[in-house]
Amino acid sequence: MPGADKETELSERIEAFLSELKRCGSGAGSLRGSAETARETTSLLRRITAQARWSNAGDLMEIIRKEGRRMTAGQPSETTVGNMVRRVLKIIREEYARSRGSTEEADQQESLHKLLTSGGSSEDNFRQHFTHLKANVIEAINELLTELEGTTDNISMQALEHIHSNEVIMTIGRSRTVEAFLKDAARKRKFHVIVAECAPFCQGHEMATSLSKEDIETTVIPDAAIFAVMSRVNKVIIGTQTVLANGGLRAVNGTHTLALAAKHHSTPLIVCAPMFKLSPQWDSALQELVLRSFCFLLPGEILSKVNAHCPVFDYVPPELITLFISNIGGNAPSYIYRLMSELYHPEDHEL
Amino acid sequence: MADSDGRQVDGVNHATDKDVKLQEIALAKNEGKELTKEEKQRLRKEKKQHKKNKKDDKGPPEKEKEKEKASVPAPSKPATQSPAHKAAPAPVHASESAAAAEKPAKSKAELRAERRARQDSERTSKQGKKEGGQQSASSKPKATPNELQPVVKRLPEHVQVDDPAALKKLAKKLERQQVPLRSDYGYKVSLFSHLHQYSRKSPPTLQISIPATVIHPSIVRLGLQYSQGIIAGSNARSVALLHTFKQVIQDYSTPPNEELSRDLVNKLSPYISFLSQCRPLSASMGNAIKYIKKEISNIPSQCKEEEAKGKLQACIDSYINEKIILASEAISKYAIEKISDGDVILVYGCSSLVNHILCKAFEKQRKFRVIVVDSRPRLEGREALRRLVKKGIRCTYVLISALSYILPEVSKVFLGAHALLANGYVMSRVGTSQIALVAKAYNVPVLVCCETYKFCERVQTDSFVSNELDDPDDLIVTRNGKSHLENWQTVKSLGLLNLVYDVTPPDFVDLVITDLGMIPCTSVPVVLRVKNVDQ
Repeated sequence: MPGADKETELSERIEAFLSELKRCGSGAGSLRGSAETARETTSLLRRITAQARWSNAGDLMEIIRKEGRRMTAGQPSETTVGNMVRRVLKIIREEYARSRGSTEEADQQESLHKLLTSGGSSEDNFRQHFTHLKANVIEAINELLTELEGTTDNISMQALEHIHSNEVIMTIGRSRTVEAFLKDAARKRKFHVIVAECAPFCQGHEMATSLSKEDIETTVIPDAAIFAVMSRVNKVIIGTQTVLANGGLRAVNGTHTLALAAKHHSTPLIVCAPMFKLSPQWDSALQELVLRSFCFLLPGEILSKVNAHCPVFDYVPPELITLFISNIGGNAPSYIYRLMSELYHPEDHEL
Repeated sequence: MADSDGRQVDGVNHATDKDVKLQEIALAKNEGKELTKEEKQRLRKEKKQHKKNKKDDKGPPEKEKEKEKASVPAPSKPATQSPAHKAAPAPVHASESAAAAEKPAKSKAELRAERRARQDSERTSKQGKKEGGQQSASSKPKATPNELQPVVKRLPEHVQVDDPAALKKLAKKLERQQVPLRSDYGYKVSLFSHLHQYSRKSPPTLQISIPATVIHPSIVRLGLQYSQGIIAGSNARSVALLHTFKQVIQDYSTPPNEELSRDLVNKLSPYISFLSQCRPLSASMGNAIKYIKKEISNIPSQCKEEEAKGKLQACIDSYINEKIILASEAISKYAIEKISDGDVILVYGCSSLVNHILCKAFEKQRKFRVIVVDSRPRLEGREALRRLVKKGIRCTYVLISALSYILPEVSKVFLGAHALLANGYVMSRVGTSQIALVAKAYNVPVLVCCETYKFCERVQTDSFVSNELDDPDDLIVTRNGKSHLENWQTVKSLGLLNLVYDVTPPDFVDLVITDLGMIPCTSVPVVLRVKNVDQ
């Protein structure tokens, strides 16, 4: 039966995506950028919307929520997956509301008055059937995909507003967003970039070689020299893995030290992060540790008697950050919570 | 030779005396004997006289009159010369100076005589500090002040690499001392163009012939060990240096007509130049060298050679014992008071002093565990880890980028120092200031352990003006089978920076533990003053 075939094909795809996620997380496969993950998640969700069997919005949301939980469980540290699921859920709610004819603003605003008067009417609202809901949702998801494809370009376009000539910029590790940002500015301005290599994986080396190929004056420094050279740095521009709801960051390890050093020297810290990295989840207990990197650093007989730690991420509090540059423009960290409320519905924060 | 106008003034006797002396010199030369200093001096004077006589034909009588006048004060100076040069040379000297052609030649001899007299008087009044011309190539300036005001020091060579005049001067000096000059390697980051950057693959010993004639072989070995990083850490380097100097003094023999106190110091100068070419001298090494030179120049001239050598070796032994070994015992005693049961102590890299303290505290049955923080490219923490694990101390190992992750568990931070500067800044391995910064942010106390012989009179506020650049190739690493920086030299705009030291501001440091006690960071100039008054 065609329906069953479609379903098995769909579940196959989901399985393939999950295993891909798991593999990237363990480092065995090629390291994927967050943008790619976001795009793949969104196209998978579009496929689910198109091929799964559902009759009303509530069913669709249930299906998506279920798949979303599976996907995030596969790789908890890759938060973009969960973010895209929440975006799609929000899209579904919006389309449903539009089909019903009620205005979006009334539903979105969470005033105290509304909380008191409405009281638990959300769940059964989604049981109505609309014929064009599917088409609308798929169209909205397509728009989301276009937005995702243009995020890096949107961020790079703002580069010249923030970098002046003969500046010394510091960055850490490898971020594709920051790379594109700096390369865009380098087309018109001359400046110097210092890259902290970010041991033990040393992604900074790749960043440095790629930047120097565009004729940008680049210097590679070891992590230990971050504070020593910070006094000559004019700006610190970094990427991040996740932006948290309070305006803080979950970024690659070493970023907190960098942020403290920048604060000490009153150097502005600019974070280039597209909107799909904004995440309402904060699992403080989740701190991914990678131990295999130490086998090449320590000899065997010592390694057996010693605890070795190698965390992957750092938490950076919002007080240390000066500015967020995203595809919708520049924002202060204190404004992030507002952007979050526009992107996700509060009931979707917990998938 | 007998036609010079100046000769007519003197009596015939002088002329004949002189001729005899000159013949003796010519004889000696032909026999291939090494000329004594006075003979060389006389030859030089003759040559200059020749040149001058060939030049001017007019006004020789006026010249004679001038020389007569000048010859009167001249004899007074040679009279105060050292006993070896009295009697015969003195009148000859006077006559020579009277007969001498150019003023500069005369004044040089006079200056040297004056200097000798001054040095003798200084030594007799027990001040024994050398002046001017015997400055070594050691990088850190070491003029301890006699007076109350500190003397402004001459800028050391190793921070003037961007000045071509200074480089030329250094090249000339090294050529004179027959020490090979080491050339810089690789593209230097523009902020550091005033510093040297050497490669470990081309040590200065490549350019020395074997067996080395000018430089003592144990000094060559020491220089190689420094440049390859086999001996690292300021205590280790100082102790190795002092032991090598003991060997040098053992093998030293005073040449005839020379004084041990002066000649030995002159012999040491090319060795020190060579060592600083291998690796710039540390503050502790600089202080040790100053001490040795002072002790050498304090040797009285009546002392026999064997006695003097024995005395010097005893001095060196006592220096090592007092300033390094006993100091570390004293520091351990103070530091153990600060370690309580249940502590989690964070250490960085491999400091011999901090390792000693931790081992001692463990022996005294204190219950604590240690977190060793390490950083690329040196990865010295592995050595510290090995020593602590051997003792049986519970250890954790992290890289410096994981500092924010591990600091919430830490109760104290113990750091070692390379030098303590006079404005309270701590100069130590690169990364120390970062640890102090993050510890401050988490409100963890930072204790620096440093012996007093590492206290230095320099002042510095950032890590750029005076530092050491290590081999940039050390940063190259292979991950996942690829090393991205392998061909960094081919890419024009790519630079690698491998700093060795950095300075920590005093507001990050809570306490400094020295052998004199526990002091705040800002009390360093007080300690220096007290030390100078004692000396």
